[in-house]
Amino acid sequence: MGVADFAFYLFAITALTGALMTVVSKNPVHSVLWLVSTFFSAAGLFVLLGAEFVAMLLVIVYVGAVMVLFLFVVMMLDVDFEELRGQMAKYIPLALFIGIILLLDLGMVFGPWEFAQNAEAMRAAPAPDLDQVQNTAALGQLIYTKYIYLFQTAGLILLVAMVGAIVLTLRHRRDIKRQNVVAQMHRDPAKAMDVIDVKPGQGL
Amino acid sequence: MIGLEHYLGLAAGLFVIGFFGIFLNRKNVIVILMSIELMLLAVNINFVAFSFYLNDLVGQVFALFVLTVAAAEASIGLAILVVFFRNRGSIDVEDINVMKG
Repeated sequence: MGVADFAFYLFAITALTGALMTVVSKNPVHSVLWLVSTFFSAAGLFVLLGAEFVAMLLVIVYVGAVMVLFLFVVMMLDVDFEELRGQMAKYIPLALFIGIILLLDLGMVFGPWEFAQNAEAMRAAPAPDLDQVQNTAALGQLIYTKYIYLFQTAGLILLVAMVGAIVLTLRHRRDIKRQNVVAQMHRDPAKAMDVIDVKPGQGL
Repeated sequence: MIGLEHYLGLAAGLFVIGFFGIFLNRKNVIVILMSIELMLLAVNINFVAFSFYLNDLVGQVFALFVLTVAAAEASIGLAILVVFFRNRGSIDVEDINVMKG
């Protein structure tokens, strides 16, 4: 067993363990951390497959941004998670039944099958040799030429998601004091304060 | 030698675990969102594995777009979750019945 095989099994077992612990662990914070380990091992698998760019994207975007968002939400919401787990045992048989059926269906990949005769000829963008162009450069050349509209659409989706998230969660509170910059700039220092001559013993 | 089947099998396992998680945590929206992330990751592994074994870069491009959509979906989902929690004080799926759907 070579190093690559060993690495595959290591990453695969870590990914599956992390995924399983994500769905069964009691504490959602632990769930998020297990999911992070799953994503890290998936990134390792992508590196094994020669897709370094997607692997780094997974680490930076997923672990760095999305999972931190999940952690934020889990920690900020004051939810009684114990209560939410009350009837977990009730659903286990059904979940196992459907899961095993699905696994048997997907297990068909281990049966006898082969690529179609013309699969090689139908490739949309054959990958160039690694010693000529790196993975990232090849992907960039593809994304910025052939798939430029899809790439722009992806950016638009992210923009809409950002605007949507802000619109959904922003709330304007009326019961707090705010700074009024225009009023602040237009006030006259000379009128800001009155000097009153108070006679001794009389008060105001 | 690791073949395509190994990667497809791993992705199938991840997908089924994600599916299993949705059933198992029927009340906790956060874990349901995480299960959906797992399923999308399984899909991505399939794309990248086929990309490698067919020597075709489009699989990786598509994985990139799946990643984008998954990130957008997670952010919107969590935003809705936060708003819902603010209004109802709970994230139980069974409480989400305002629209009587």
